[in-house]
Amino acid sequence: MTFALKGGSVEPLRVAPDTRTPHVTLSQVTRSFKKAGTKEMFAALGPIDLTLNEGEFFSVVGPSGCGKSTLMDVLSGLARPTSGEVMFEGKVITSVPDGVGVVFQEDASFPWLTVHDNIAFGLRRSGVEGAEVERRVAYALGFMGLRDFAGAYPAQLSGGMRQRVCIARTLVMQPRLILMDEPFGALDQQTRLLMGDELLRLWRETGATVLLITHALDEAAMLSDRVGVMSSRPGLFIDMVETGWDRDRDSRVVSTPRFGEINARLWDKLRVETMKVMGARH
Amino acid sequence: MNIESVLRALLVAGFIGLIELLCRTHVIPQSVLIAPSQMLTHLVSVVSAGVYGKDILFSFTNIAVAALLAIVSGFLVGLAVHSMPRLRAALEPLLASYYAVPTFIFYPVFIVVFGVGHGSIIAIAVLLAVVAMITATLTGLDRIPGVLRKSAAVMRMSRLQTAWRIELPAALPYLFGGVKLAVAYAFIGVIASEFILSGSGIGYAIAFAYNNFESDNMYALMLLVLISVTLINAALNYFDRRLQARRQR
Repeated sequence: MTFALKGGSVEPLRVAPDTRTPHVTLSQVTRSFKKAGTKEMFAALGPIDLTLNEGEFFSVVGPSGCGKSTLMDVLSGLARPTSGEVMFEGKVITSVPDGVGVVFQEDASFPWLTVHDNIAFGLRRSGVEGAEVERRVAYALGFMGLRDFAGAYPAQLSGGMRQRVCIARTLVMQPRLILMDEPFGALDQQTRLLMGDELLRLWRETGATVLLITHALDEAAMLSDRVGVMSSRPGLFIDMVETGWDRDRDSRVVSTPRFGEINARLWDKLRVETMKVMGARH
Repeated sequence: MNIESVLRALLVAGFIGLIELLCRTHVIPQSVLIAPSQMLTHLVSVVSAGVYGKDILFSFTNIAVAALLAIVSGFLVGLAVHSMPRLRAALEPLLASYYAVPTFIFYPVFIVVFGVGHGSIIAIAVLLAVVAMITATLTGLDRIPGVLRKSAAVMRMSRLQTAWRIELPAALPYLFGGVKLAVAYAFIGVIASEFILSGSGIGYAIAFAYNNFESDNMYALMLLVLISVTLINAALNYFDRRLQARRQR
């Protein structure tokens, strides 16, 4: 189920994930923050109970400020929950565990490194042997359509290409859990659809569990096995939508009636929550 | 070369040409100022004869040591202060008003502590240069996007690895601004200190030439300082531009 590469080859192994085995479990997870300048606390998240199965593609949608990114920080081990616990592969997370990759909404490429060196950065740091680094980077460059830009610096690339560099940098580490916080937020609709196809292809080929945080309902409906809808703050899951797509899906599902139904159900729930947020602002 | 650069070069060349003309036509008497061409000719002759070899070596050693100390200590102090927000809040007003203090007033203290020679000169130059580096380090660390530190955490890098592999290169363009200022201040600090604190060095040699009515020597050494500063600054600017060019989005 990993992005393992056969000796001498740059082809990924195709291992079907066991989608019934729990991979990540959140039990009664909450996260609170101190209000600026006061000792008062406010609840940003939870309590949340959630289980992601191995190889599942799960998306989270919710109104702005509902705690989606906080959820990702807690899931990745970047932040500790105020209460409750997060388990990854049967172990409680206290910091970022081995096997977790994160793609952030913001451009996280290292501007002082070329595309090649950006992608190789984590591998070299982990002590992966030189020839293996080159094999994996060569594969990732080809897979992400960056082969002609290996020697370019991020400043010379478009926003979409820089995001692909970040995705490639995450994938070469062969994460078993990939967390993505609005990775296509800065892209136009057409590019997002195509990047969505690429992401589905990656997900199929790596067998990793994916959690995608997005504002775009259509993106969530198209890509996911399951979509969780979050309430306005403090973020709670108020609906879980099973999409029913098979693993070989691509962006053409957007033209099916089922896609419209999923979108309608997501919006039905989210509309109310978004209105609450807007009402609170006015 | 763009139009601005050409214009700048023409302005400098025009100014030098005007001084040359005023000196050659004796509008400016030779006892006041010698012609730039004479300064250059005399500089070449004294340097090739090795007249000021020891002074030049003395000054440039002091400048190099002072700049290096200011850059390294300024960076480390900046790094430490950045990691302690309360200390930073307390220090920031002091750092902001630091250059209002004429550092040279402390020269008697440095003579008592370090004696006359390298020590006191370097100490004054470091004192003058270090705060520019601290400020640049703080600015550089402030400007690092939070997502880069998060990426380091995801890659399970230690605090030290994050500082060395992520924060240092990410802040480098800002740090380089500090390096440029630190070198300039070190230069100013060393040459000015040598006027009062030393028995050798370019600053001392200029003062000696002035006191003994050796205009040729005095202006030649002043020209040497100007040429050195210009070349060092040009070299630093060249590296700075190369550094920035990679990163401009």
